[in-house]
Amino acid sequence: MRLNVTVNGERRQADDVWEGESLLYVLRERLGLPGSKNACEQGECGSCTVYLDDVPVCSCLVAAGQAEGREVRTVEGLADGDALDPVQQSFVDAGAVQCGFCTPGLVVAAHDLLNRVPDPSDEEIREALAGNLCRCTGYEKILDAVRLAADAR
Amino acid sequence: MTISTETTSVTEAQGIGASPVRPDGTMKVRGEFAYSSDLWHEDMLWGATLRSPHPYARITGVDIAAALAVPGVYAVLTHADVPGVNRYGLEHPDQPVLAEDVVRYRGEPIALVAADHPETARRALERIEVGYEVLEPVTDSEAAVAGEGPALHPGGNVVRHVPIRRGEQDVTADVVVTGTYEVGMQDQAFLGPESGLAVPAEDGGVDLYVATQWLHVDQQQIVAALGLPPEQVRLTLAGVGGAFGGREDLSMQVHASLLALHTGKPVKMVYNREESFYGHVHRHPARMYYEHGADRDGRLVYVKARIYLDGGAYASSTSAVVGNAATLGVGPYDVPNVTVDCWGTYSNNPPCGAMRGFGAVQAAFGYESQMDRLAEACGLDPVEVRLRNAMSEGTVMPTGQVVDSAAPVEELLTRLRSMPLPEDRSGELDLRRLPGGVSNTTHGEGVVRGVGYAVGIKNICFSEGFDDYSTARVRLEAVGGEPAATVQTAACEVGQGLVTILQQIIRTELGVEQVTILPMDTSIGSAGSSSASRQTYMTGGAVRAAALKVRAALVAHAARTLGHEQAELSVAGGKVVSRHDGVLADLVDVLDGEAFDETVEWRHRPTEALDPETGQGNAHVQYGFAAHRAAVDVDTELGLVKVVALDCVQDVGKALNPQAVLGQIQGGSAQGLGLAVMEEIQTDGGVIRNPSFTDYLIPTVLDMPPMRIEVLELADPHAPYGLRGVGEPPTISSTPAIVAAIRAATGLALDRVPVRPEHLTGT
Ligand code: FES
Ligand code: FES
Repeated sequence: MRLNVTVNGERRQADDVWEGESLLYVLRERLGLPGSKNACEQGECGSCTVYLDDVPVCSCLVAAGQAEGREVRTVEGLADGDALDPVQQSFVDAGAVQCGFCTPGLVVAAHDLLNRVPDPSDEEIREALAGNLCRCTGYEKILDAVRLAADAR
Repeated sequence: MTISTETTSVTEAQGIGASPVRPDGTMKVRGEFAYSSDLWHEDMLWGATLRSPHPYARITGVDIAAALAVPGVYAVLTHADVPGVNRYGLEHPDQPVLAEDVVRYRGEPIALVAADHPETARRALERIEVGYEVLEPVTDSEAAVAGEGPALHPGGNVVRHVPIRRGEQDVTADVVVTGTYEVGMQDQAFLGPESGLAVPAEDGGVDLYVATQWLHVDQQQIVAALGLPPEQVRLTLAGVGGAFGGREDLSMQVHASLLALHTGKPVKMVYNREESFYGHVHRHPARMYYEHGADRDGRLVYVKARIYLDGGAYASSTSAVVGNAATLGVGPYDVPNVTVDCWGTYSNNPPCGAMRGFGAVQAAFGYESQMDRLAEACGLDPVEVRLRNAMSEGTVMPTGQVVDSAAPVEELLTRLRSMPLPEDRSGELDLRRLPGGVSNTTHGEGVVRGVGYAVGIKNICFSEGFDDYSTARVRLEAVGGEPAATVQTAACEVGQGLVTILQQIIRTELGVEQVTILPMDTSIGSAGSSSASRQTYMTGGAVRAAALKVRAALVAHAARTLGHEQAELSVAGGKVVSRHDGVLADLVDVLDGEAFDETVEWRHRPTEALDPETGQGNAHVQYGFAAHRAAVDVDTELGLVKVVALDCVQDVGKALNPQAVLGQIQGGSAQGLGLAVMEEIQTDGGVIRNPSFTDYLIPTVLDMPPMRIEVLELADPHAPYGLRGVGEPPTISSTPAIVAAIRAATGLALDRVPVRPEHLTGT
């Protein structure tokens, strides 16, 4: 099938999409946007988190066809040119990035949290990020990063 | 030396001891860092692997005709297509690239497919017909040692036995405590799945882009299987999504290369999460029998232990794991009389090998549980009994090795004890802080708190006489009017931050701000593995040594051109500085079109093999120590545990990058928490029952408590900058501290990890 989708503000088209493909696969393998990650492809890790019409979703659980005609924003679409989004900058500064495989999903999830709750409590941060696994950091510096980003915004 | 302080500010702020940001951080937060699963090539195919559904079976036939007939399929390969030796392995080449007449574990690769779409490849796999004669799997390590069951490999089912005999062997004691302990099979659960891209080259070889921990040991094994010379198999490190030991063994490396060479097209392979559980080795499950004898004051007289480690179907790094568990089997204590026997065995369980802290993690659960039992038997506080037996610099290990640098076990414990404990839960109404969280399983009723301590020991770097080295090249030249350094190594950045550390070392040693770390590949000599907490020590040591050579050559050159005594010159902050006259010249002017380029192969001090009868020998390079205190709340009705505090004190010798050190301690402690209360690959007759993140749980941000951390910097005079490997020690003591806290809360014996709800409710 042919898929039409707006990604990071650009209208994109993908041809020969097999109906079993996920939005994650289309982004990564057909649209040249591998920033969203594929740690589990079963909805358990959050590494593939993207905005679908402004709502964060696990793109591995979204069938490509479900994105037809809709707007997707990925981690590649958060920075403003060379200027990182405050959430991205805070992840770098706080040391919240080790291997970084969880980072794109966490950055999108944290970005969404701070849009909804500009000054979250630690409990709110934990709850909002509970669907994003990280195996490297033990999460402490991820919490630091979100607090830092909240202050910076 | 204060003359030039203002000129050193930038490089000092970015040098060792500082925490500059990672050079790859920006790309990682932008989603632009190319991990091994992100690679793409014009005209590439997708590879897929057919795996055995049986833990143990004879293969009676493989028919690939129907698979080959699937449109879009370019190749279907079996063991007959392996041109070289169909055996590989880290320490013993005992594992087939593709199974021949027998499969020894559920998930063992049998055939490969290359196709134009991953789904096409998957469907083709379904059409491969394999005939099996299913056999009864061997699953018990102790039975293997007893010689029971069929031999899975020509030499029998014992991979290695290490005995340790120190002091009197039939000594007795007033107080004796015994215990049998079990550690479940843990998974590294790195987030980036096994993946890579193999590109056939015009010279008949292959270029492989892959996530691994040790490029050269991969290369050695791949060339043997492909029957190619090393120069025709070139590896480049692709972005690595975590490793923790699980990438020390080969996964898709040979498979993708075979498919690429066979089809003449680039081949990408990416495991999904389920396949990842089959596609890498795990932490050895252990059964351990301990007996501790002490005097009435709790001073250890002897320790006896038998430790069984199930290595699964293939040897992987079982030999080294056995060596660690045996030599570190009594823990960081001064024990005059020791009898330890440790075995690693073959079975039809999933293969086990390297995972963070290997060997030491399992033993620590045993010996630390015993120390708590001893404390109770002697009526002592758990910290007190540890202090009375704490090893220190000068202590003789059970191997006879004298510990010749700081071993601050006492200080770790006393510092930990003086840290504030978390506040009482009294009046706590926020569900999110209670066991069960927002599942709303309790409002505090039936919840009890406990506190537990543990301390652990780990050998750093490769041991037992292994020729452990790293190769580094450092180049200094002027680029665009600035002095610039380039560092080339084959050391794998797996997330730990080695790339930052190497930049810091160069800034400190050469006073140059701009440092480029070249991509890691096999065009330079081996750096050894990113494991055993060794890479900052080894490749940091090699880069430092190369930088010092560059600096010496540069200073000699500067002395000539500037007309100063060589001995009075140094470089700092991009300047050449004289001890007497301050800043003499800009480095860039002194360089004046010259490049200084040095390559070194750097080794740590040699170690010795263990005596095969007595286990005596100076087997280890360095020891690392960490201690944890955990506080837990346990819902005794439902068996739910909430770790409310997990505090750690660790000696790191010298914190080259304090932020990265904390990151290692936090991440390592979290993996220990996982082993304590949730993480286990459950097997049934050799079959993994939970190969997914739905059923294999790793800690989330809700499971990890805030940590208080103190870092000691007691320099090891034998190590570069005095540093001590950081990565593994925090994974070791975290688990037993948490279990001790659960025991303190519940009064239960708890002799197995992970502790499951049914262990706490008795149902
Ligand atoms: S890859 Fe989508 S949730 Fe894990
Ligand atoms: S940084 Fe590696 S998984 Fe989070």
